[in-house]
Amino acid sequence: MNVNGNVNSAANNKEEILWLKCSSCKELIYKRIFIENLYVCPLCGFHYRIGAQERIKITFDNEGRKFKPLYEDVVSRDVLGFSEPEPYSKVLEENRLKTGLSEAVVVGAGRVKGKEIAAIIFDFNFMGGSMGFGVGERIVRIFEYAAEKNIPVFAFTASGGARMQEGLVSLYQMPRTILAAAYFRKKSNKPFISIFLNPTTGGVLASFAYRADYVAAEPNALIGFAGPRVIEKTIGRKLPEGFQRSEFLLKKGLIDRIVRRDEIRDFIVRWCV
Amino acid sequence: MKKSALDFEKELVVLEEKIAELENRNNLSPDEQKTLAELKEAHRKLFQQTYSNLTPWQKVQLARHPNRPTASFYVKKLFTELEEINRPLDPALICGLANFKGQKIALAFVEKGSTVREKQEHRFGMPGPEGYAKFCQLIEVAESLRLPVITLIDTPGAYPGIEAEEKGQAAAIAASIETMLFARVPTIAVIIGEGGSGGAMALAAADRIYVMENAYYSVISPEGCSSILFRDEKQAPLAATLLKLTAENLASLGLIHGIIPEPPGSAARDPDSAAEMLAGTLQKTLEELLAMEVDALLSARHSFFLEMRF
Repeated sequence: MNVNGNVNSAANNKEEILWLKCSSCKELIYKRIFIENLYVCPLCGFHYRIGAQERIKITFDNEGRKFKPLYEDVVSRDVLGFSEPEPYSKVLEENRLKTGLSEAVVVGAGRVKGKEIAAIIFDFNFMGGSMGFGVGERIVRIFEYAAEKNIPVFAFTASGGARMQEGLVSLYQMPRTILAAAYFRKKSNKPFISIFLNPTTGGVLASFAYRADYVAAEPNALIGFAGPRVIEKTIGRKLPEGFQRSEFLLKKGLIDRIVRRDEIRDFIVRWCV
Repeated sequence: MKKSALDFEKELVVLEEKIAELENRNNLSPDEQKTLAELKEAHRKLFQQTYSNLTPWQKVQLARHPNRPTASFYVKKLFTELEEINRPLDPALICGLANFKGQKIALAFVEKGSTVREKQEHRFGMPGPEGYAKFCQLIEVAESLRLPVITLIDTPGAYPGIEAEEKGQAAAIAASIETMLFARVPTIAVIIGEGGSGGAMALAAADRIYVMENAYYSVISPEGCSSILFRDEKQAPLAATLLKLTAENLASLGLIHGIIPEPPGSAARDPDSAAEMLAGTLQKTLEELLAMEVDALLSARHSFFLEMRF
């Protein structure tokens, strides 16, 4: 398995690999322990990126076996005829094969320590977690579902932003998801909580994700409206170490707290009031 | 008028200079008069040819044309008694109350500036979180005074800088969109030049969204899209086509409510006429929206976004 800030079950099934080298502290770690440790380096605490399926497994009861994914048939299609450098429909197909998911977000309902919650779980491996119509529509629907059931919504966001291949349709997912979150807050008395994962940027961060009642982040996640390269290009110099990372955002008062992966189940339960 | 021309307009400008030279001379010989007539005919044809089938990339170029009026031109021309709201300070996004043909309105516009100095002063039309906070403040005032809101948008995008990030650019944009979506007054957004991504969206969650004929509204700049997809900016013209970012594209996708026409050869050639055309649409739309009940307005506004299917 390649531990390069990127761990994905569909792509990594080679059981013969027992040891991994942590890309952060460079120490050798035993793979089984690494996985038991929720894909966090047991030595330095570096949080590796995980796919939506792993996230479900480590977050929900019974290793996520009872998690119910919803609206899986809601997907983006090539509305614009975006044909270069390869057809968008082909890109979608490739990403489906790569991740085993039909879109860049999984939405659904499940239980955490017995408490029922709705969840929005982005998968960065699917086109960089980008938000087009399919992703936006799933988010809209899960907020409606959660309002109906009066259960809390937890959003685990990892996204490069709006999906270019759907042009302005993607940008319009910002007001759409903001509206959905706002209606949820009006209709239910349950919280909507965002947990920013590495990385959360652009149109996902600048829309529903930041309209939550409470905003948390995993350690060392890159979080910002503009990506670091765009900022460096604009200002013409290198960014300081740690800029746009969770710890920096906490210090600046841009998030409420940092939640380690081993704390997430307890964190969720605390908000299930 | 200063003669700045885009590459695809250069030939046209050469003809225009020749025509002007002859027209400025007295006592033209019959031969010269004939030449002048021929030049004018050539110009008419070339003008038609140049502007009748513009590519998306050419429209992007026109949206950024150095002679294209910036927001402050339209504001000076069409609005009076601008009373600025200046809290918090933002150099790119200007907000205030103003008069439009006898109707008091709340106005927000992104100003890019025309001269080099103005451009720097206005940070090239890139608002920061302060700007979006100021816009939320404007909406609050508009609601309390029951005034319709008009936004004139011309921005390459929200400012991607260190301070902007430190002060919560993303949260500011999200709040701005939500505030506009729930504003209990009529809202009109017009993309008058560049409608750059989230920075434009933050001011465009309106009852009526218009894009001027040679403006564009896009999820990403053609250059940005090109550098992601093709690893350099040279494919920006192709990206402009792929992104379906022209007013015409967006209207046929049902993403905007209308296209505001521009004079022949774009607003850059005839800013006064462009202003009149903008005023016409604003006036008609205001009348229409002011006749609606606030609840009906909000419900239609929300349905427009929530019920779209692709």
